[in-house]
Amino acid sequence: MQGLKQILLEALSNETAFTLPVLDGIPVASSVLVSWVLMLVLMAATLWMTRNLKVRDPGKGQVVLESAVEFLNSFAKETLGPHWKPFAPYLGTVALYIALANICSIAGLTPPTKDVSVTAALALMSLCLIYGAQFRYNGLRGGMKRFAYPMPLLTPINLMEIAIRPLALCMRLFGNVLGAFLIMEMIKYLVPAVIPAVFSIYFDLFDGLIQTIVFVFLTALFAGEGIKEEE
Amino acid sequence: MSIGIIAAGIAVLTGIGAGIGIGVATGHASEAIARQPEASGKINSTLLLGCAMAEGTAIFGFITALIIIFVG
Repeated sequence: MQGLKQILLEALSNETAFTLPVLDGIPVASSVLVSWVLMLVLMAATLWMTRNLKVRDPGKGQVVLESAVEFLNSFAKETLGPHWKPFAPYLGTVALYIALANICSIAGLTPPTKDVSVTAALALMSLCLIYGAQFRYNGLRGGMKRFAYPMPLLTPINLMEIAIRPLALCMRLFGNVLGAFLIMEMIKYLVPAVIPAVFSIYFDLFDGLIQTIVFVFLTALFAGEGIKEEE
Repeated sequence: MSIGIIAAGIAVLTGIGAGIGIGVATGHASEAIARQPEASGKINSTLLLGCAMAEGTAIFGFITALIIIFVG
């Protein structure tokens, strides 16, 4: 029992990977280090996949890429309305990062999204996107008016949502990944072989992908709510 | 500490609400798909959103429980 508690406490703490030797040492958390690795993987994959793109007679990789981009664009068009174009690349990037961050525990890395700072940063970016879009496409007055939508009585609730939306986005992703990670640690402590592999399919792969979809979908939906024209 | 563990147990009870909520939502969604199979795409995305919202409450309870056990 004591060993289990030790493991759980270790799983909860975010250890520092190393300290940068500038300005009396800047601690670099392991989530940042893993993020760098993921960025490297994503950049390498991007460079490798976008080699030799052809208009005529595309290869297999190009077809897969094109259908993925097409899917992303149609999703953005559906949820964001006519101003979808600038949002699609951001949503795709966030989706790739979160998906890889959630899944990377299969490869033995600590998922960066287990660190609440990472999910808080993602949620703050979503906050800027949602309300930035609202003011960008409605103007200052129109953006303000959006807070009194659909009726002025709901203004306090709409204002409260400025804080609640990023908090919920952040905590949902963090709680899910941390919960999955903790359960996997417990299973690994109880049965070290075979069984964790089976559960890992659900907790690492399925749950991670679902949370990615939920995060991106909610961000797009909230942003679309602020900029869509009334029919 | 023993009181803390009881408190954590109570905090995790939020899972009941989330479970009922997701169950009701999924049941109605499958009913809706049975009635109108052509609208399954829209129903699915709405269901996913609703489940994420309902699950959020359970997650908040879970985080509260963790904080009670390990910090408080």
